Amino acid sequence: MKPLKIVNTNMDPAALSPLRQQSSCAPKACSCTTEAAPALHDEKALRGARWIEGAIDTPAGRVPVVSTAWKAADRLGQVRARVSSFRMKYAIDPGLYAVGRPGMDSDVYVSANYKLSFDVLRRALAGKDAWILVLDTGGINVWCAAGKGTFGTTELVNRIKVSRLAEMVRHRRVIAPQLGAVGVDADAVKRETGFAVRFGPVRAADIPAYVSAGYKKTDAMRRVRFTVLDRLALTPMELRPAVKPYLVFALAMLAVSGLAPEGILFRQAFSGALPLLVLGLAALFAGAVVTPVLLPVIPFRSFAVKGLVAGAALVVPIVLYSGMFEGADAALLAASYVFFPLVSSYLALQFTGASTYTGMTGVKKELRYALPVYIGGSIVSAIGLIAHNLLVRGII
Amino acid sequence: MKYLKNVTTLTYTGEKCTGCGRCVDVCPHAVFAMIGGKAAVLDRDLCMECGACQRNCSAGAIAVDAGVGCASAIIRGKLTGSEPVCGCSEGGGACC
Repeated sequence: MKPLKIVNTNMDPAALSPLRQQSSCAPKACSCTTEAAPALHDEKALRGARWIEGAIDTPAGRVPVVSTAWKAADRLGQVRARVSSFRMKYAIDPGLYAVGRPGMDSDVYVSANYKLSFDVLRRALAGKDAWILVLDTGGINVWCAAGKGTFGTTELVNRIKVSRLAEMVRHRRVIAPQLGAVGVDADAVKRETGFAVRFGPVRAADIPAYVSAGYKKTDAMRRVRFTVLDRLALTPMELRPAVKPYLVFALAMLAVSGLAPEGILFRQAFSGALPLLVLGLAALFAGAVVTPVLLPVIPFRSFAVKGLVAGAALVVPIVLYSGMFEGADAALLAASYVFFPLVSSYLALQFTGASTYTGMTGVKKELRYALPVYIGGSIVSAIGLIAHNLLVRGII
Repeated sequence: MKYLKNVTTLTYTGEKCTGCGRCVDVCPHAVFAMIGGKAAVLDRDLCMECGACQRNCSAGAIAVDAGVGCASAIIRGKLTGSEPVCGCSEGGGACC
């Protein structure tokens, strides 16, 4: 965990540069130029953060004020985090932030230092005066971090103390996202800091309704959903890990198909491997896109079986009707029918990690059945592929 | 959406319940409801073993073997002989 660096603004006024001084008082009379509060954030960590629109001085220090609107850079960041490993470093400086002009009675909302988590929260607080207490979760979202314990009791207690929250507000309560309850023991936080933890809605977008209802959640605000759009947004990161294995598979198939006594024949390599490369793509698509998107529609509860069904639904028609397998021997057909739906099944099983309703015991059970099938199926398919290549070359 | 039937490790001991309602408040799948001043389990099969209820049950009435329902985490845990955890902070993983 990175310690908070207290910037002494008396000694180095330039240190405040990212926190634009919003004071309108005359320079000489202004208390902030002579006795400015120490900044509660590492100024380097906030440099260039365009979502900061000012700063306010509090008895405990200088707190950055954040915008509740998303700029183009925030939107771009969201897209990048959805499609690439950029998400692994999309973090902000932990600590206290302000929305609007919060005072001693304003609400305190707890968030994670994954920028997307923080962004959805600050947007939901538009028009409010509030504090945001950002925990150091290593740049991981609230729910996953709570599962790992980094969005947890210890960090919340520590962050309340180092941010000197007790000096910022008169009341003694913080509002944490409900999914943070996986890592936060509300009673322990109360014991150690005096602050009561209220678990707010699952989705930040429900905060305005939650507040206007007198800090009461409806049942719908408590429920985690998993809509078709939620699932669709996850598919790029399901496909991404499959790209490299697919390229390895493609090279292997080209080499095997092109193998001849005089070396690798490219024309033969391509024509022989093409049907398998097409089936490979179909299997990836079925497991990493079709299964997540159509999740509730595909029969059976097991993700491995759902993936198998989706994979077979794509692979079988291609083999039967594309014409690419006309005159193919039984060994090749058997290998194709076995291997590719299993690839889809494996990829679909990986989606348990992104889904919002699968438990560990269930996934372990699936793996107990599925892993031996995957290994056995791969061996059978490899034998089929070898037999096919021997048949093609007239060796057997 | 429901996952596999009858696999969850969730156990609830009604006699210990003090009726605080925290489990109802933190469960993201409405497994619990308050009935007659005490918590009741409505549908165990909706439980995803996140562990939020157990962590916030000061009466110790709830037990669940909490963990990540994530295949790649469990496979990695098996291979390394450790508890399954998300690979997020290890840098290599592209998960949650």
